[in-house]
Amino acid sequence: MAAMKPIRRLALKGAGVLTAALLAPLLLPIRALAAGWNKDAFGSKTAADALKILGAAGSTESKDVVIDAPQIAENGAVVPIEITSNVPNTRSIAVVIEKNPFPLAARFDFGDGAVPYVKVNVKMGESSFVRVVAEAGGRYYAASKEVKVTIGGCGG
Amino acid sequence: MAEPMKIRAVLKGDVAEVRVLMVHPMETGQRKDANGSILPMHFIQEVTVRVNGRVMLEGQISQAVSRNPVFSFRLKGVKSGDKLEIAWLDNRGERSQSVTAIA
Repeated sequence: MAAMKPIRRLALKGAGVLTAALLAPLLLPIRALAAGWNKDAFGSKTAADALKILGAAGSTESKDVVIDAPQIAENGAVVPIEITSNVPNTRSIAVVIEKNPFPLAARFDFGDGAVPYVKVNVKMGESSFVRVVAEAGGRYYAASKEVKVTIGGCGG
Repeated sequence: MAEPMKIRAVLKGDVAEVRVLMVHPMETGQRKDANGSILPMHFIQEVTVRVNGRVMLEGQISQAVSRNPVFSFRLKGVKSGDKLEIAWLDNRGERSQSVTAIA
């Protein structure tokens, strides 16, 4: 019996490795471009703090960052925001809703071939500037657009 | 089990216009139910878009994205028949993945 033990252990170990190998694709983070969900940035209560954590505190205003959003949003629960960065080699875009309780709403990282464009519906608690910061070549380019909200979309 | 996403990917030249709808409550943690108890935060945090296995786009999102999120993306240099995979992961560790071919 004693002689069986190492073999059994080996077999179990083998099974363990195999299971881990099978599960790895499911358990491993599904990311590659970014370091994963940035808890500190998303947990920031001011736009300035969120952008600082993202390394985007010092940005240049740019007309090449285009925000298409309604001037007046009747329903703050669904505000469509369309963003295009015409800055060459844009690698990421951060969307900040300045007056929301947690201003950072989204950040997108673009790999080769992905056009630095995104359209997304967001919630806005009250009228606010929406600020978009695009990163290209280690520099940050920003634009802002004010959206007036008739009925807020965070609480209720 | 998360409901499947609805994905539409249409080629215009060599750019695919991708539109995806994800079924998710996107609870902010600020709303109350009928009894006045706070509904806990429950929202998608990460979105990954792959073409033929290669990550082309990643999104990190907050509870500020609307319920049943809808995104539009544009992917350049793809062709008809390419395999488009979109996956999300939420703050409870639930995930969903849908695969479609670019039309």
